[in-house]
Amino acid sequence: MPRVLRRAALGLAIAAALAFPFVMGAEGDAYYVSFASRILVYALAATSLNLILGYGGMISFGHAAFVGTGAYVSSILLAEGIASAWIGWPAAIAASALAALAIGAVSLRTRGAYFIMITLAFAQMMYFLVNSMKAYGGDEGLTLPARARVGLGIDLDDAQTFYYVALAALAAALVGLHRLSHSRFGRVIQAIRENEVRAEAIGFPVYRYKLVCFVIAGAAAGLAGALLASHGKYVNPSVLHWTQSGTLMVMAILGGVGCLWGGALGALALLGLEDLIANHRIAWVAALLPNYQQHASLGVGLTLLAVVLFAPQGIAGLLARRGSRVHDRGSR
Amino acid sequence: MSGILILEQTLNGLQFGLMLFLLAAGLTLVFGIMDMINLAHGSLYMLGAFLAATFVSLTGSFALGVLIAVPATAALGMLLEVSLLRRLYARDHLSQVLATFALILVLNEAVRIVWGTDLPLAAPAALSGPVEIFPGMLYSSYRLVIIAVGAAAAGLLYFGVAKTRVGMRVRAGASNREMALAMGADIPRLFTIVFGIAAGLCAVAGALLGPILAVQVGMGENILIVAFVVIVIGGIGSVRGALVGSLIVGMVDTIGRAFLPIAFGAFLPPQLASAAGPAAASVLVYLLMAVILYVRPQGLFPARG
Repeated sequence: MPRVLRRAALGLAIAAALAFPFVMGAEGDAYYVSFASRILVYALAATSLNLILGYGGMISFGHAAFVGTGAYVSSILLAEGIASAWIGWPAAIAASALAALAIGAVSLRTRGAYFIMITLAFAQMMYFLVNSMKAYGGDEGLTLPARARVGLGIDLDDAQTFYYVALAALAAALVGLHRLSHSRFGRVIQAIRENEVRAEAIGFPVYRYKLVCFVIAGAAAGLAGALLASHGKYVNPSVLHWTQSGTLMVMAILGGVGCLWGGALGALALLGLEDLIANHRIAWVAALLPNYQQHASLGVGLTLLAVVLFAPQGIAGLLARRGSRVHDRGSR
Repeated sequence: MSGILILEQTLNGLQFGLMLFLLAAGLTLVFGIMDMINLAHGSLYMLGAFLAATFVSLTGSFALGVLIAVPATAALGMLLEVSLLRRLYARDHLSQVLATFALILVLNEAVRIVWGTDLPLAAPAALSGPVEIFPGMLYSSYRLVIIAVGAAAAGLLYFGVAKTRVGMRVRAGASNREMALAMGADIPRLFTIVFGIAAGLCAVAGALLGPILAVQVGMGENILIVAFVVIVIGGIGSVRGALVGSLIVGMVDTIGRAFLPIAFGAFLPPQLASAAGPAAASVLVYLLMAVILYVRPQGLFPARG
């Protein structure tokens, strides 16, 4: 897309995101404000994964571990009566960053498929550990008394307010990712993705750069987890299940890995598609398959397959196809 | 803790390990030769189990039903390879993960549409009771048959890979694909055959484990991850590694589940031990993998020298 068009599209997206709750509020449709908040939170999680996946070229199959850590730490604090988001969310971020530091320190010594699998293994360990925390619900999960409290006149229990808080978090993450990718640190990370041996030979401490990148992504995922737990007022071990890592990966790839908007576009597309199939009956499809709405994931799966085969660079790649540059180079 | 209990759990571990090997062998070959991450491998296991349950109830005979289900699953696997997966070999790991994750969703829903969420599959009546292995030691005769069939399949596979011409090409493909191509191996056809065999092995495991676990949608997802752990421990692409890895993981998991709660109970208060024991047992396999990868980042038996 030309520069002017890109600016216009960005402005339009921001305006639409800001106006959404008002439009929906006028329609009296509270469900969709809450649903949009969920998309925003997942967009944040997928964006954080995109940092390591797309920019760092580290194919982590255990990102749910960090989302789950954030969700559980903030929930446990809430359950113990510490309701302030000013304590709960930083604690969630710190815990997830710490988990990313520990997991990354071990995992980043391996390469390729082994890295994929060892990150997966660590996420599974945390999944089983959380499953056994009987004091905090075990496999049945933990229902929260309320959403976290922010103070300052901000009431998270209000659907619109929560939407704007989630939007602010996503916007901060996107701005952060944009700044990071154009900073010296971001350039080095992308150089390592392109050619690790060369980056090493130039003299960059590759392992340390990758680890820092991994920890930043983990911290952002922790915030997404805290928001996710607050949003549903409920958390259970399935936030750490490997299929959750897979879903986040699907979002990032679907949107476009290594592209600023990849995570957000992917979350919007995947969750939007699920909702579209499940809640909006399309007459001609129903004529062919009467019960098709009960099988939403069939449609989602087929769409994903079509994306892999026909749009290898995701939605962002499709949008940028006519433009001067394509961000995504894929990673291997 | 009696000797009989230990022996019983060892047999259980052997049985689980051999079934894992049937899944892991196919997974490691597909992964090693084609450099393809196939998350849908567990779905073939599920398909095999559903097909077996269907054919067993149609024919009225467990053995006959399984014998039909195995080639049927192999044929489905080859169809999948030719129509879809073949296009993914040249793509990066990310695309493969996305595509095969999508395939899990599609196959799960397809099975749900065709069969519903679960099917009954019982062990044959003749094998439903226990047998006395030696005085005082009773063991499920069905599990003994699983061990025998698993060992036979493992032996057959080992013979096939180590001694036959196709097996030689498979090993050549796993250790250096370009060179195998240059030496004239018909790689595309080889890939289809390997995929078919892998799918058939999945069906054997799914059909045999069906009566012990359950034939239901989603049954493939958890065992898939354990199978991945196995091939990573063993070294991707190595059938020998998959066998050793399967037996290690099968034993560690089974023994851990049986004895860790008891061991924890010895020095922890009861309610803490009852929670920590099963958790530690579930984590043990993944912990083992992390330690092995930390010490040997290429697994125990790297296929590529």
